[in-house]
Amino acid sequence: MLHKRSLGEWIFSGVNTCFMILLCFVTLYPFLYVLFASLSDPTEMARFRGMLFYPKGFNLEAYKAVMDNPMILTGYRNTIFYVAGGTAINLFMTTLGAYALSRRNVYFSNSIMFMIVITMVFNGGLIPSFLLVNSLGMLDTPWALLLPGAVSSFNLIIMRTAFQAVPVSLEESARIDGANDWTIMSRIIVPLSMPVIAVMILWYAVGHWNSYFSALIYLRDRELFPLQLVLREILISNSTDSMTTDAAASDRLDIGITIKYATIIISTLPILCLYPFLQKYFVHGVLIGALKE
Amino acid sequence: MPNVQGNMVTTATGNRADTKWSIIKRDLIRNRYIYLILLPVIAYYIVFHYGPMYGLQIAFKDYGLADGIWGSPWVGFDHFKSFFGNYYFWRLIRNTLLINIYELLFAFPASIILALLLNEIRKGFFKRIVQTISYLPHFISIVVVVGMMIDFFARDGLVNNLLLMIGLQPIAFMQEPEWFRFMYISSGIWQGIGWGSIIYLASIANIDPTLYDAARIDGAGRWKQTLHITLTGIMPTIVIMFILNIGSMLSVGSEKIILMYNPITYETADVISTYVYRKGILGADFGYTAAVGLFNSVISFILIVLANSISKRVSEHKLW
Repeated sequence: MLHKRSLGEWIFSGVNTCFMILLCFVTLYPFLYVLFASLSDPTEMARFRGMLFYPKGFNLEAYKAVMDNPMILTGYRNTIFYVAGGTAINLFMTTLGAYALSRRNVYFSNSIMFMIVITMVFNGGLIPSFLLVNSLGMLDTPWALLLPGAVSSFNLIIMRTAFQAVPVSLEESARIDGANDWTIMSRIIVPLSMPVIAVMILWYAVGHWNSYFSALIYLRDRELFPLQLVLREILISNSTDSMTTDAAASDRLDIGITIKYATIIISTLPILCLYPFLQKYFVHGVLIGALKE
Repeated sequence: MPNVQGNMVTTATGNRADTKWSIIKRDLIRNRYIYLILLPVIAYYIVFHYGPMYGLQIAFKDYGLADGIWGSPWVGFDHFKSFFGNYYFWRLIRNTLLINIYELLFAFPASIILALLLNEIRKGFFKRIVQTISYLPHFISIVVVVGMMIDFFARDGLVNNLLLMIGLQPIAFMQEPEWFRFMYISSGIWQGIGWGSIIYLASIANIDPTLYDAARIDGAGRWKQTLHITLTGIMPTIVIMFILNIGSMLSVGSEKIILMYNPITYETADVISTYVYRKGILGADFGYTAAVGLFNSVISFILIVLANSISKRVSEHKLW
């Protein structure tokens, strides 16, 4: 600071710093509590009241129970499949659309773009979409989670903007060498736009990992449930019974408490581990989006 | 490429319709690979976006699964009339509007305030740590967030234990209709405040730094600078975000509310979109709920147009 700070500014800075520390605490503490509680001894945890700052006793029974639960394992497997398959479809379709619509001198380019933008404002809504998926015979199949959201118009526009920024001269020299559109897209445009494509992969993948609503609507078969739907049963509908069958009746309730916490940790772990690496890409993406506006 | 110019000249001598048609024809031939690449994307939009729009006609039909969208008989505005006459109509409207108004009043400014406060932190390292931590909840699934809420705010949960320790009565936060809106809005702020601030921070970073120097020379303190330069500088962003928020006012929220509410809290928690989910998906009353959904979209559309034109008149900032 070049100028001298007044007393008021000192007080403000102090209060502001305290507020930020409080914000960090309020944001992080729920996760820490869940982590500590999941590692705690179930019986002690059941009696414990107040704030946890370290695990009460140490016990991995809850994690064992969660890992032995066939529903969690199936859910994990299904979610990994939906994330991988869904993101691959998203990326393929978005890249195709963004490439074609970023080309100059295409007669119908603007009308097709208009057709896409309209869908960002108007949509048929929940019920007609449900009936469509039903009439396509995709109800209760993995396709219901993979196809209806294949392209996000917002992402398409961001990607198109990035593709437009690639210098035309590169494309022209490739064309003189006899390259067709497919080669130009896959060999020139896509490799040069990797930062944006990385953002797209992350956005789509985290979206698939966290989504539960389409699975709730479209899936009945429990074998197809993604992790989030299994979590919903355990955390919201409050049923840990399936995991506690071999425990004695009195222990059952106690371990049920820590099982919930262990489930949260296990299901959120991949995101928490990747988060430090992801967050700068995500922020990057928001800023690209903001520039568009 | 070179013969394109030549063709232009020859077609320019023909009549107008002929010209247009041959331009299109030539474009389709020249850009055939581009259209081929576009084909799956166009097909996707027609099927999955325009398909449901076509299906929306069941809002005016007595839809039966056997008859299909086309074969079901027309009933005009019957579904809309029965919705307007519904016992729960006003409760749904009130809940939908109130949750969204509270969100605009409390959650919307929260991110702006955080961005302004973060901007006042001079230590870059500390600022980055706070930002990184505050974005985190955005990436946590809504199921986990609501799951943690139900656990922490349960009758014997963490929050009530703390309340008991300081001598207050425990509150069944998730079971009391009076608490629902508070829980919904505050958890939304907890999850979204950091993420929402990114766009404002970016906007603040774009403000011309010489403005601050000029203000300082004129004797403006930190508070005056924040008010007159920072806040004024990000006003266009604020207005755009505000209009966008109004546009999505009636449509969002059902995914979280479905996880949070229960029949005891319907009184304050049940909104139009959750009603559509319950009656439509769970109750299979498709024609009626399609009409309710359409009503919801129409109101949203009117609101966003209204917000845009008011903002255009008052502040000269606009979305379109």
